[in-house]
Amino acid sequence: MSTLPYSEIVMDHFRDPHNVGRIEDADAKSVEGSPACGDMVAVYLKVDEHEQRIADIKFESYGCASNIATGSIITDLAKGKTLEEARNITWQQASDALGGLPAIKVHCSVLAVDALRSAIQNYEERHGLVTEQTPTTLDELRRRLKHVMNPAVGLDIVRTKLVSELALDDGVVRVVLDLSSDHQFGNNIREEILERIEPLWDVHSVDIVFGRD
Amino acid sequence: MNQRTIYLDNAAATRLDERVLQAMMPYFLDTFAVATSQFGYSLGIEAKEALERSRATIATRLRAPADSIVFTSGDTEASNMAIKGVAMALGHKKGRHIISTGIEDFAVLHSVRSLARQGFEVTRVALDEHGRVDLEALRAALRPDTILVSIQAANQEIGTLQDLQAIGGITREHGVLLHTDASHSFPRVELDVTQVPVDLVSLTGHLSHGPRGIGALYVRDGTPLTKWMDGGFQEGNRRGGVENIPGAVGFATAVELVTPEETARLQGYRDRLTTKLLAIPESRVNGHSVERLPHNANVSFRYVEGESVLLHLDLRGFSVSTGSACFSRSLEGSHVILGIGGDHERAHGSVRFTFGRYNNDDDVDAVADAMADVVTKLRAISPLGKE
Repeated sequence: MSTLPYSEIVMDHFRDPHNVGRIEDADAKSVEGSPACGDMVAVYLKVDEHEQRIADIKFESYGCASNIATGSIITDLAKGKTLEEARNITWQQASDALGGLPAIKVHCSVLAVDALRSAIQNYEERHGLVTEQTPTTLDELRRRLKHVMNPAVGLDIVRTKLVSELALDDGVVRVVLDLSSDHQFGNNIREEILERIEPLWDVHSVDIVFGRD
Repeated sequence: MNQRTIYLDNAAATRLDERVLQAMMPYFLDTFAVATSQFGYSLGIEAKEALERSRATIATRLRAPADSIVFTSGDTEASNMAIKGVAMALGHKKGRHIISTGIEDFAVLHSVRSLARQGFEVTRVALDEHGRVDLEALRAALRPDTILVSIQAANQEIGTLQDLQAIGGITREHGVLLHTDASHSFPRVELDVTQVPVDLVSLTGHLSHGPRGIGALYVRDGTPLTKWMDGGFQEGNRRGGVENIPGAVGFATAVELVTPEETARLQGYRDRLTTKLLAIPESRVNGHSVERLPHNANVSFRYVEGESVLLHLDLRGFSVSTGSACFSRSLEGSHVILGIGGDHERAHGSVRFTFGRYNNDDDVDAVADAMADVVTKLRAISPLGKE
């Protein structure tokens, strides 16, 4: 199987994923992605309230091999960690633990990490650990855009300078991309940006402009 | 891989038939000269004769005159030649409007897109849920400045066949040229150009156990077509470049080896596999159930994603294809499934099985069993479909 694009570790997790399934009486859960965008990960947590530690974690995946493998590895990495430790797990760590992912598949590890963080956030919200909704800032937008991958190189679109302009005005976000709309990954990047920014509570619309058109 | 690979991706490439290879060999090793005129040397004359015999074989299959066939490097070049050639010939005379569909193979889709960027206007005609062209919509889309209608003979993914007879009737009535990409249907599905009013037909050798790197464009006599592959005077001064004679011989040999009996055998596999796959819950056929390629089965399975299906099948020794975004080079779901009104989920869960000469009855049972197993396995870990 030397010709497969995936490492042996990815293949092992794909064939026999760890921590698969649901926790029926979960303390928190999250779903990232949607059937419409193709990748979807659901994460369920049981938290030791006293120690703020992840006692049990399970995931479900609707997606490709790297989606399944990253769901498996991220739950392995998070199990037994405190919420604070688990929140700081990065997609890079997940990817490294899998022996690397092909550039075009890095976004799958980002999705798994986001699902874990959302589940932790969900726990905190449910348990009154989050007090108020903070208004969206340009920094928050930039942070979220750093979770959108440029599939050509497997690095985020901010770092690879695909975002040539970013503005936030009265709930309207404007993102100008240094791409033409018929770029190979144009539609994919557009949908990923919408997926990251639209859920923000105070964002009403997202305007994505292909600057090279 | 230790076990035998069961190859079910014959719409992507096919195994070369040994008889084709044998027919080609002399034109690499013995009669290797370029085709020369009748006043050239013997080796070149022999090469030229082989080229013309091949041309005649392919033409005969379409019931076309031999000189209507222009050899190309494949169907991609043939479609580029047809669409851009007509645009160059008529764009400054008759008009700049082109009609096509949104489910064409990339050669047509992107040739048309490229012209749109240069100021041509493109109408994508409406399709029904099976991917068949709405004939009334086509009729309504035709304008005085329409120079070309390009509609495929058969779809590369969902296998749906178009009613070219009816489409050609409409285009002919309006005096508009009709191009069709028949690379997925030829020569398994009959196309008789004395009956069907098409003007340009793209063909390829590599999907019927012939070699890659050879295809052809049928050009009806009198069709305005500007030559754009500039070079020598080859192919009746319609395409420059030294002829691929081993390729042409291979293509013609491959065409001759495709028989109605064989195609009926593949159709039997298709129907049996489809029936078995539809026994898996929450599955549905993509494309038309009757008017479809004889060797193409395409089924969507809910709650599972195609790349995972493909990889699990690969681990079990099967080669198939999917319309999932995760599998595509642009991370976009199949433009075909989306183009017939399907949603992303249906595209992601679509799996295409295409049969060829080297498949047998056992392959059908083996892949159907494997599919049932893989779908069950992936549904067990899917967050969807468990309310």
